[in-house]
Amino acid sequence: MKESFTLRGVQFKNRVLVASGTFGYGDELKDVVDVNALGGICTKSLSWKPRDGNPPRRIVETPSGMLNSIGLANIGVHRFIEEKLPYLRTLDTTIIANIAASSVQEYCDVLSLLEQQDGIDGYEINVSCPNVKEGGLNFGTNKEMTREITARLRPLTRKPLMIKLTPNVTHISEFARAVEDAGADAVSVINTLIGLAVDIYARKPKLSTVTGGLSGPAIKPVALAKVYEVSKAVKIPIIGIGGIMTGEDAVEFLLAGATAVQVGTASFINPSAGVNVAAGLRSFGEKQGLSDIGQLVGAMESNVGVSILQSWL
Amino acid sequence: MAERDRHIAQLLTPVLDRREVADGIFVIGLESEHLARYAEPGQFVNVRCGDACLPLLRRPFSISRIEGNTVELMFNIVGQGTRMLAARKKGDVVDVLGPLGVPFGLKGEFETALLVGGGLGAAPMPLLADHLRREGKNVQTFLGARSASQITESHMVNAEVATDDGTKGYQGTVVDLLKRFVTAMKPMRPKIFGCGPTRMLKALSEYADVAGIECELSLEGDMACGIGICQGCPVERADGKKKYSLVCVEGPTFNSHDIILR
Repeated sequence: MKESFTLRGVQFKNRVLVASGTFGYGDELKDVVDVNALGGICTKSLSWKPRDGNPPRRIVETPSGMLNSIGLANIGVHRFIEEKLPYLRTLDTTIIANIAASSVQEYCDVLSLLEQQDGIDGYEINVSCPNVKEGGLNFGTNKEMTREITARLRPLTRKPLMIKLTPNVTHISEFARAVEDAGADAVSVINTLIGLAVDIYARKPKLSTVTGGLSGPAIKPVALAKVYEVSKAVKIPIIGIGGIMTGEDAVEFLLAGATAVQVGTASFINPSAGVNVAAGLRSFGEKQGLSDIGQLVGAMESNVGVSILQSWL
Repeated sequence: MAERDRHIAQLLTPVLDRREVADGIFVIGLESEHLARYAEPGQFVNVRCGDACLPLLRRPFSISRIEGNTVELMFNIVGQGTRMLAARKKGDVVDVLGPLGVPFGLKGEFETALLVGGGLGAAPMPLLADHLRREGKNVQTFLGARSASQITESHMVNAEVATDDGTKGYQGTVVDLLKRFVTAMKPMRPKIFGCGPTRMLKALSEYADVAGIECELSLEGDMACGIGICQGCPVERADGKKKYSLVCVEGPTFNSHDIILR
């Protein structure tokens, strides 16, 4: 059974990647996980300068989910190139550099610098971090800004350019259309949902930044609905993200319209979660007698009822 | 971390024993040859307390004691995860990630180790005492708790006790108890090893400064992964080289001068 897929000429060996921020720079887990069994690795978000991240507390568990406010803590693109990229080059999997920035120019600078290096197969642009003031969500909730970032980055690379969209907008499909128009090769759907957890005794928010980004199985149905909505609006591939823990979860995302998926929070619980999801997806496809796991993409029968989504698509 | 060999593994460990050692304080014994071989004092394991989505994340526990291939964790019930762990029975299998983190520093100039545990901060002390004695160090343990019913002295070495309500030992904080002993300890070249609530560690660290005694602390952090990926457990650094260290991989043990507790 065929498991691979191709994005702008770059082949991914299977349809399960690990999500940005949940797998570090790929080297931390090399002793514990068979990294080469993954379809790809999205790096921790990279900015031009290192970022310290937000003060504690940064993480709170919530029912079937977690709320985080890391604040894009990262070592910066220069140290990434020096210290992390040499190891990533040795891997037999696709490497997607995730880029976060606080200005359009910074996105361009980071991508241009990475373009000069060997070992990066594509880019995922984070315009949707809910936990930083400048950049992040202020870009991702502004459709024209999202379009402009995509349009500015497009001429800088021939490699796959994926834009990671936020669900914290009224109609995510409009943002997907904007980045498709601007030349994006794919959209990653979804980043975390804004959430709040309250310490009832202290009468304070549990996170230092008051709100954070919700992830984990709690958001899976939301993510699936967003993938479905986007799939009805654009032709470019969708990378589905949100609470995927098992191969069956990945199947749901493919059926709803995702070409591939990313496993995120699950890797915190089980470092091999991505590898296990890939194996589960394979096993499902084989049991169904498929010749290509891609036969599942968008194969959900949806004319069984009228979705509310139809009204704004 | 690069200079140390890491032996992190995801392990399915059978429960050998589970007992309540003090009021609401449990010890669970897990069978693991891997941990027994590689775990060092001050290191921790990240434990899957349930097997579904509630609780979702692992819970970190310091390794309390190792005997043969039995690895013991000590914990109290603070929420759903620890309640589920306390309900595990002999023969159940627990998914454990470890050993994790940087161990306590056992070598060095000191002759006498002053082990100071507040509440569940007592947990790492038995394994620590065991290794310190193998290094030829003297060990004196100080334990603090709210009340006598919450103190467990089993496997603690030369334990002195403080309780808030005076139902056992010295009435007051464990740091105040330590102060009463330090003058006598001073010629024996002491080093303090502390574990407990942040407020206690702050008091301990301030006292160690005044007394001019080297002090190493084991911290707690709100972490998801335990292996440096999620960036969830920052502690402020004192040196300004960068703003934060991660408790899970750069700790949980720190020299008290290297961090700022708030």
